[in-house]
Amino acid sequence: MLTRRIIPCLDVRDGKVVKGVRFRDAHVVGDIVELALRYCEEGADELVFYDITASPEGRSVDRQWIERVARAIDIPFCVAGGIRDVETARSILHAGADKISVNSPALQRPPLIDELAAAFGVQCVVVGIDSRLDADGEWRVRQYSGDPQKMQALPRRTLDWVVEAQARGAGEIVLNCMDTDGVRTGYDLVQLQAVRAICAVPLVASGGAGTFAHFHAAFVEADVDAALAASVFHTGAIRIPELKSFLAANDVEIRP
Amino acid sequence: MSARDVVLVDAGGTNIGSLRYALQRLGIDAQVSDDGERIRRATHVILPGVGAAGPGMARLRQAGLVDLMRSLEQPVLGVCLGMQLLFEHSQEGDTPCLGVIPGCVVRIPAAAGRRVPHMGWNALQRLREDALFDGLAAPDFVYFVHGYAAPVGASTVASVEHGACWSAIVRQHNFCGMQFHPERSSATGAALLRNFLAS
Repeated sequence: MLTRRIIPCLDVRDGKVVKGVRFRDAHVVGDIVELALRYCEEGADELVFYDITASPEGRSVDRQWIERVARAIDIPFCVAGGIRDVETARSILHAGADKISVNSPALQRPPLIDELAAAFGVQCVVVGIDSRLDADGEWRVRQYSGDPQKMQALPRRTLDWVVEAQARGAGEIVLNCMDTDGVRTGYDLVQLQAVRAICAVPLVASGGAGTFAHFHAAFVEADVDAALAASVFHTGAIRIPELKSFLAANDVEIRP
Repeated sequence: MSARDVVLVDAGGTNIGSLRYALQRLGIDAQVSDDGERIRRATHVILPGVGAAGPGMARLRQAGLVDLMRSLEQPVLGVCLGMQLLFEHSQEGDTPCLGVIPGCVVRIPAAAGRRVPHMGWNALQRLREDALFDGLAAPDFVYFVHGYAAPVGASTVASVEHGACWSAIVRQHNFCGMQFHPERSSATGAALLRNFLAS
């Protein structure tokens, strides 16, 4: 039986792990390898490293820390941020990342997803989606989420983009619900359920985790394959061993 | 373990780096090579692989390694796509493979509640005893990422359940394969690699 995954997300800026609320005022929370090893030892199932400055500044991910992480840890990890072409993705995968995640560059040029899937297989290709509810009741994707100054609302509906991304070769979808991100009031279950209904590849919930029960609800009510969180793990508000014990005791299949 | 001369076959697989680091954590400095003579001299050969079967076999052909790989007599381990290439044929791109393990690789059919690719930690179901399991206490959770798989057959040592049962570990004489990523499967993966190198 495939287990549900718990994924700490480490936002990286200038080689340090940072976390801001709703993408603003990011502050340093620790060294990358040190935090990565701590999460491995605590039972994290996978890690995501998201270079939040990559897209706005148009710079690609510094590869040195990727190799340091790859040498140190023995669980899978995904790198996101500033991946605009196959060669950049190749260098990141060769540095030791298991998956690459694309967000804004895929919105700007959707065939990027096809190219990455053709080069590395769909299992390497994660599409991250920043999504927010608009006043007219539609979820729409947002772009350039690393920098509030450059945030753009796009006319593209989130559900349409989820369908297109899969058709082009996304092997996994990370849905970051921006309305709930960073405020610890729970994952956006309604939006996750709507996306789950049209998502045949693994779906990762992101944005809003504050309690054990929030993780449980995402797995049981929205049937997501993995739940991602950052601040609750970085601050120690939620410890992964206790979270996993809670989930196991409440009928969620997890890796002990 | 330090007397082991391990070669990672450079066939373009993007997990070569991860496997090399995993071996380093076990105290093994593996060489990466696409040179047939170098590979033949190794005590242990590992065929990594991430990507599609067609390009994977094409790279082995370009490097002139197809017949060499088939003729190896030392322990050989195929990982993920590397395991699939050990079979006779893959449905992925209708690709003839190395054929050192009987059977074919097929696409995991999509079904309600069964996500493809099969991605995440899943438990091995041991179908028979094998030295690879030495010192390991079941259940063994390991990390899978794949959209194609080999059905359970005579060479299957351990299976994994994802809608149906699939080969997770296979062994045929000196050829052995792991569909999951031992290099990314925490302490269990490290133990499986260590046991392979002890063979």
